Amino acid sequence: MLFMLKVFKRPEKGWIFYREMVKEIEKLGLNSIGIVAIISAFTGAVITIQTAYNIENPFLPTYLIGVTARDTILLEFSSTIVALILAGKVGSNIASEIGTMRVTEQIDALEIMGVNSANYLVLPKIVAAMLFNPLLCIMSIAVGITGGWAVGVFTGVISTQDYLDGILYIFIPYYITYAIIKTIAFAFIITSVSSFYGYYVSGGSLEVGQSSTKAVVYSSVIVLLFNLILTQLLLS
Amino acid sequence: MIRVVNVSKAFPDRIVLQNINAEFEKGKTNLIIGRSGSGKTVLMKSIVGLHEVDKGDIYYDDTHFNSLSFNEKKNLRKEVGMLFQGSALFDSATVEENVVYPLDMFTNQTRTEKIERANFCLRRVDMENSNNLYPSELSGGMKKRVAIARAIALNPRYLFCDEPNSGLDPITSILIDELIKEITEEYGITTIVNTHDMNSVMGIGDKIIFIHEGKKWWEGTKEEVLHSENKEFNDFVFASKLAKQIKLGG
Repeated sequence: MLFMLKVFKRPEKGWIFYREMVKEIEKLGLNSIGIVAIISAFTGAVITIQTAYNIENPFLPTYLIGVTARDTILLEFSSTIVALILAGKVGSNIASEIGTMRVTEQIDALEIMGVNSANYLVLPKIVAAMLFNPLLCIMSIAVGITGGWAVGVFTGVISTQDYLDGILYIFIPYYITYAIIKTIAFAFIITSVSSFYGYYVSGGSLEVGQSSTKAVVYSSVIVLLFNLILTQLLLS
Repeated sequence: MIRVVNVSKAFPDRIVLQNINAEFEKGKTNLIIGRSGSGKTVLMKSIVGLHEVDKGDIYYDDTHFNSLSFNEKKNLRKEVGMLFQGSALFDSATVEENVVYPLDMFTNQTRTEKIERANFCLRRVDMENSNNLYPSELSGGMKKRVAIARAIALNPRYLFCDEPNSGLDPITSILIDELIKEITEEYGITTIVNTHDMNSVMGIGDKIIFIHEGKKWWEGTKEEVLHSENKEFNDFVFASKLAKQIKLGG
């Protein structure tokens, strides 16, 4: 709590905050596009194939494959599963970066200069992730659905027309809002929890590694807990 | 001038400092010496406010540091430069960015003025033409020089150096020591150096304070070192055979 109070102070200089935030968007966001795209494409493909094999019933229309792929990707994969992936990638990156700064006295150097180190180091990461992760989520939805379509058509389990019919069948736009709200909340959790574990590390490289592991584990667990809470709140 | 009065500090498992009294004079290189674990780094970190003291008072000139508010301490720290044991340069920033950083944070100078100031500080520590290098590309001595350039970028009134010679060869150590002394005298800074390097003690020690097991045991100048009668101090200073021979020789 005290840590977050330090983080959410007004930045010393607006333009420095903006500069750091742009750097973080590149580091935490743009550099995650590749991994998110690959995992989304393959997961979309697997969902499509698995659904197709599980509804091999002549009485069930094939467009249900598209419906299932869409809803699975929209409601759970692109927000929660992508958040768990980012908790691993971004969370460990943040905790080890800040942790290393702590044990090499770089944070002390900032404090000696009169800089609010928590605010300077952590706030740009939180804001950058909360701004950019929704874009990653939207990209993941698009790539996942496209991956499902490509593999569905390639393996012959569904035609393009049936897949598109399924994607558009009783489409509820609110599901996109729901996914984005969850993504923003998870972005906050991942960056703040990981920063906390990095900021309060003491010791040497061993402890930095341990804090990095803790950051991933705790942010993943908190993401799952809040997934439950937010789903109940937003969909009930 | 910096003054510490009856400063004590304990951690949950041990007492680190006990009733330390000392005066660190302006324009002089004030040394805190002692064995590893004697409490000298804790004393320095207490003086700069990285540790809260349990008891006692710290004065920066006439300002009572302990009673300052968070923002007042923040303002005072703009007049403080610190050289850390491991240099503490920002890994992700170039040499120039490291030196410009405090200017970015606390001045409204134009970009050109800041670069000029950074270049001046880098020239002062013989590190010109290294602006675009990253800390990982520098040797230990070069890192210390850049850290000194960053520490003096804002024209500090107080300079703290925590074991500036650790990890350096004897020749580079002497160069760093001389640089600290020159800068201290040139700009009239109150400089406090933590060290257990006897070359530093005899080379730049205008005023020396010896800390042993959390207490101050001896105080004097480098000229007075050879004539000290304090057993603990002599055991530390004249630990080697060569040093003992020098002491006996006069």
